[in-house]
Amino acid sequence: MSVKLSLKVNGRAVEAEIDPRTLLVQFLRDHLHLTGTHVGCDTGQCGACTVHLDGRAVKSCNLLALQAQGAEVTTIEGLAAQNGDMHPMQAAFKECHGLQCGFCTPGMVMSATALLKENPHPSEEQIRAGLDGNFCRCTGYHNIVKAVQTCAGGR
Amino acid sequence: MGANIPNGIGASSRRKEDQRFLTGAGNYTDDISVQGQTYACFLRSPHAHAAIRKIDTRAAAAAPGVVGIFTGADLAEAKVGGLPCGWLITDVNGQPMKEPPHPLMAQGKVRHVGDQVAVVIAETYLQAKDAAELIEVDYDMLDAAVDVATATQPGRPAVHDIAPDNVCYVWGHGDKAAVDKAFAGAAHVTTLEFRNNRLIPNAIEPRAALAQYSRSEDAYTLHVSNQNPHVERLLMTAFVLGLPEHKVRIIAPDVGGGFGSKIFLYAEETVITWASKRINRPIKWTAERSESFMSDAHGRDHATKAQLALDKDGKFLAMRVTTKANLGAYLSTFASSVPTILYATLLAGQYATPAIYAEVTGVFTHTVPVDAYRGAGRPEATFVVERLVSAAAAEMGIDQAEIRRRNFIRTFPYATPVGLTYDTGNYEATLAAAMKIADVAGFPARREEAKKRGRLRGIGYSCYIEACGLAPSNIAGALGARAGLFEAGEVRVHPTGSVTVFTGSHSHGQGHETTFAQVVSERLGIPFESVDVVHGDTGRIPFGMGTYGSRSLAVGGTAIMKAIDKVIDKGRKIAAHLLEASDSDIVFENGNFKVAGTDKQVAFGQVAFAAYVPHNYPLDKLEPGLNETAFYDPTNFTYPAGSHICEVEVDPETGVTKVVNYVASDDFGNIINPMIVEGQVHGGLAQGIGQALLEQAVYDPESGQLLTGSYTDYAMPRADDLPSFKVDTQVTPCTHNPLGVKGCGEAGAIGSPPAVISAIIDALRELGVRDVAMPATPYRVWQAIQSARA
Repeated sequence: MSVKLSLKVNGRAVEAEIDPRTLLVQFLRDHLHLTGTHVGCDTGQCGACTVHLDGRAVKSCNLLALQAQGAEVTTIEGLAAQNGDMHPMQAAFKECHGLQCGFCTPGMVMSATALLKENPHPSEEQIRAGLDGNFCRCTGYHNIVKAVQTCAGGR
Repeated sequence: MGANIPNGIGASSRRKEDQRFLTGAGNYTDDISVQGQTYACFLRSPHAHAAIRKIDTRAAAAAPGVVGIFTGADLAEAKVGGLPCGWLITDVNGQPMKEPPHPLMAQGKVRHVGDQVAVVIAETYLQAKDAAELIEVDYDMLDAAVDVATATQPGRPAVHDIAPDNVCYVWGHGDKAAVDKAFAGAAHVTTLEFRNNRLIPNAIEPRAALAQYSRSEDAYTLHVSNQNPHVERLLMTAFVLGLPEHKVRIIAPDVGGGFGSKIFLYAEETVITWASKRINRPIKWTAERSESFMSDAHGRDHATKAQLALDKDGKFLAMRVTTKANLGAYLSTFASSVPTILYATLLAGQYATPAIYAEVTGVFTHTVPVDAYRGAGRPEATFVVERLVSAAAAEMGIDQAEIRRRNFIRTFPYATPVGLTYDTGNYEATLAAAMKIADVAGFPARREEAKKRGRLRGIGYSCYIEACGLAPSNIAGALGARAGLFEAGEVRVHPTGSVTVFTGSHSHGQGHETTFAQVVSERLGIPFESVDVVHGDTGRIPFGMGTYGSRSLAVGGTAIMKAIDKVIDKGRKIAAHLLEASDSDIVFENGNFKVAGTDKQVAFGQVAFAAYVPHNYPLDKLEPGLNETAFYDPTNFTYPAGSHICEVEVDPETGVTKVVNYVASDDFGNIINPMIVEGQVHGGLAQGIGQALLEQAVYDPESGQLLTGSYTDYAMPRADDLPSFKVDTQVTPCTHNPLGVKGCGEAGAIGSPPAVISAIIDALRELGVRDVAMPATPYRVWQAIQSARA
């Protein structure tokens, strides 16, 4: 059985026939080849698959693609400006060395941008609490926190 | 060394790799798909120990989309070998360790939960997974030996017939008689017994592999999430599949963290490489996280009794250590060396302890194999040394810094009683710096202030040493290594003067593409942007031993330096020809070859061009081209060292412990990119604090079921579990490599666990608490408080 799905991904209309069991992350990676969104676990804990669904940060491994029916999805590939300039959060991660192996990074950046949307000037404690759904095994979070602070300070 | 040019040595250059990682353009193994690829799903044992009576794959084979199903019997029939262990340990009686077979898939028996039983290959992953559930395995369940402390007791079930007492080896190191004598005359003896908790590495990218067989070339290409593709190829071809190395290309593209767990040759990538020819289709396998928990090699898991003998002034006289080390169900690639060669040799720490003896029993259990995890043996050694020192100071009423200062090694080179020769160091410098940054003088006031808030505040020290830059191959060989530990580098100068560096080191977060480019840019005087670094591909790189043991810059970087020297040497000859001077009069400075003492010069780029367009060129004496390769085998280990000071606050009502101040002052020798070095320290600290406070792999002691089999049960450090860190570096350059570098990748994970635990014990000392086990979870801390009060 397959069902019809239509939604917007990174500003472009997408239509597809999919197995209804397809997760949103599988749809993004396997059908649209947007491999910047990663899968790091199978229990909704690690946050590597975080994308924006109608502007909110969601874990795309925890949603069926069908739950994004008619919605607007933004992935890490859609975050930079049209001319290729990095989003200020991406630039802050680079400037502050907020990434090492890069695997958690797309999800971390998507969570961090959503965090600042809700709270433009968070304290360190609020940043740490706000990112507690995203694992990073490389950075010890120190420079990720600094990147979010830098991005918030630069607004 | 200061940066002479932008992005040279000493500059915190922003990383070249970040553009792709930040924009979703990273290229990890699971991101790669090829035409016609199939998907593999491994059926794994649900039992810790069972005999397999029968495997019925008929229903699975008939399931939709299934392309092939293979079991251990198919591998045996095809005469596929088992996984090798790369290090031979010789026991106290001069006998080789017990080396049981390590089959790729079970041969009649399963020996841990997660052991591979069969592989199903299908058109889609869901089809493979659905079909795997249709395989019927008739198991005869057997009792399991799970816990390292009890697995060697009489009557415990044997993991392997050749080791009926589950002992792989009993290994001794040091002068036992001298230690016994020193203990007999000691004024004070401190004794500790503890477990070094079992950890699961948890790189955020799960292991993955994509195997392709080409009929036209009769050759294989394997993409795999791995830290050392050449080692992987050597082990897989020569020891398991019996293939010639030149017919297998292994590519480790972007790799999402390793921490040791991706050093090893695993069954899954080997099976699918073999099977890709059998089914003549590419096969992809990506671990689900649940599989990672039960199939990635775990780390640590020691049960140790340790004693320190001191004179009346707190001078160390001798140390005696007895450790049972869990090796798991099979010997993983470097499993045997981690609790022996990489552990007991580090027990001198930063101190001039005259006599040390360690006895290590390697123990088989019905658990996942245990192997190197960030620090690999050295965190375990540091925990022994620094907990002993902290406990002895407390018992004898000596200040924590003072007891360390009384025992520091102060003259170099220094030969330890456990077989290493430290080339250089300044332990006083890192301790003094850490104490200043931590404001140790202000601690009593902070403790008082915390008390008013109902919190108990404690301070803990850890002065660690590690042996990195693995390793002089002849020494490693004499100690049982079955491989060399050199590194290779190629510097390819292109006709227009840009450079591609091919390194046998592998970067999976360390930023080699940036750091190595800084070295080349500085040495050749060419822009950082003109240097690209290629790693992780046996098809493009001459050879390599890979990245682990904080070796990349000290060994891999030196190989590149040697290749650069060859480029400059040849360039000097070309320049001499162009400038009509003698070779010996040419000097190379800031990217120009000059005739010494004159203003005659030719730029590096012009020399490169002449090498590839040799119209005016000494063809009678010199080959065209400018492309040099070098291999480097180190003459000694490097010895990074440092002092860590941790302050914690404990809520005595709940047992919740918070790290409120963490200072690390480290000596990594010269530093190429301070920003990257700090990042490495931060990450190591998070893993060490994770070990001290949060993380533990727990098996049910009877059934051998892995109880911490997901992120809902295994406590990974999250952003709100950790503080911001204060890191500092002091420099004594390494004396035996040209960059003067020592390595920084593991220091944080090595130094931090004893600092955290000692801080907790210091906080709780007034309640009568003398020890707290890792991980010091709120429950354990609360229990320790209750027992002390009772």
